[in-house]
Amino acid sequence: MPRQKDPIMTEIPKGGYAGRQPQNHPVALHPPYRTSVKRSPQAAPISFPTTLSEETAPVFGHSMLGALDGDLLHNFGPQDQSAIGPRIIVHGRVQDQFGRPVAGALIEVWQANAGGRYRHKKEGYIAPLDPNFGGCGRVITGADGSYEFRTVLPGPYPWPNGPNDWRPAHIHFSIFGAGFAQRLITQMYFEGDPLIWRCPIVGTIADTSAVERLIAPLDMERTVPMDARAYRFDITLRGRRQTMFENRMEGL
Amino acid sequence: MTDRPESASQTAGPYVHIGCTPNFAGIEGVYPEDLGARMITGEVTGRRITLVGQVLDGTGTPLRDAMVEAWQADAAGRYAGQEGHDAHFTGFGRCPTSETDGSFRFETVMPGAVAWPKGGLQAPHVTLWIVARGINLGLHTRAYFADAPENDSDPVLGRIEHKVRIKTLMAQPEGDDVYRFNIHLQGPEETIFFDC
Ligand SMILES: [Fe+2]
Repeated sequence: MPRQKDPIMTEIPKGGYAGRQPQNHPVALHPPYRTSVKRSPQAAPISFPTTLSEETAPVFGHSMLGALDGDLLHNFGPQDQSAIGPRIIVHGRVQDQFGRPVAGALIEVWQANAGGRYRHKKEGYIAPLDPNFGGCGRVITGADGSYEFRTVLPGPYPWPNGPNDWRPAHIHFSIFGAGFAQRLITQMYFEGDPLIWRCPIVGTIADTSAVERLIAPLDMERTVPMDARAYRFDITLRGRRQTMFENRMEGL
Repeated sequence: MTDRPESASQTAGPYVHIGCTPNFAGIEGVYPEDLGARMITGEVTGRRITLVGQVLDGTGTPLRDAMVEAWQADAAGRYAGQEGHDAHFTGFGRCPTSETDGSFRFETVMPGAVAWPKGGLQAPHVTLWIVARGINLGLHTRAYFADAPENDSDPVLGRIEHKVRIKTLMAQPEGDDVYRFNIHLQGPEETIFFDC
């Protein structure tokens, strides 16, 4: 093995979490999304430097995962049966805002089936349930922040808001990082969906580039021939500021 | 290192329970138990308490489709993952608000005081995070305990300019070992939310 002579820079992330940048996020009150009108706080949020309460978070080990948790094609229906619809792989990396991978992050996902129907008693869309599809799954990121799960392409669906609003196809993501300050729930959209730019929920985000970062491109590289297409969705969480650098020789 | 923007939040929507508490949503057999269903997993140290409340919109109507998460220290002020923390206490709870009256409930322990980064202590508190349809970015607040003497010297409460609003962060004792913390999303009693 070649000996590395140069010192490598090791970051010691002991600082607090960098503040959340409002321009990266939706506004609380966006009247075209009607439910936000009575559910949006009016006062400005209050800041304080993050403390242990925000810098710690529950730790979820890989041992909590069942064998099929990351396979929505098969984690609900009877054995040997698959969910109905276009088979896809969703994969990507979870990193923080400074580019460090977030290892051990729990990602929970939920979605409508291929026809746009959720398995929920309050759901009234006429599209049928799929007996082989529950609509939830979860994975934990590896050491490099990467994750992958398998599912069906969700269908767009109509929802009661304006007289004729349709959600673009999407998958809901809930992510736990290493600190509770990183807690995030978001939605992943699919490249090329014309409903994205018509959606009042997407419209809560004013910054076009922030919306574009939620749109997963088709990733032919990861496609499994004759089986499933792949989409890539990278997620960025808040990060801790570095308060010091340490020079360390490799091997010491 | 390149700075890259945090991914934008989007509402958890009306079906958050499918993904986060599928057993509660009637999707059984996928996970053995909903995450955060129990904060106490054995012979826990400390005073057992129940934290209850509702999440109310600007008209005073309770939300029946919200999800509340709790994150707190153990009775000695240590978080799960820290050395010496109580092995029978996860510190993490997750509760869908009830479909009948919109209430949430956490069976937990009274947290200990937690260190403040510049020295000193923070009064006992539970971090709460609220998501629902119509909430575009998860709301972060803290439940303090109205009868805790440490509140007077808490550095977070000390930063709040409008002292009249501090009461929105106080869980009120309601009988033996039960505390009520109602969360008002809007209106004259709007709860203080944090963006730290
Ligand atoms: Fe949805």
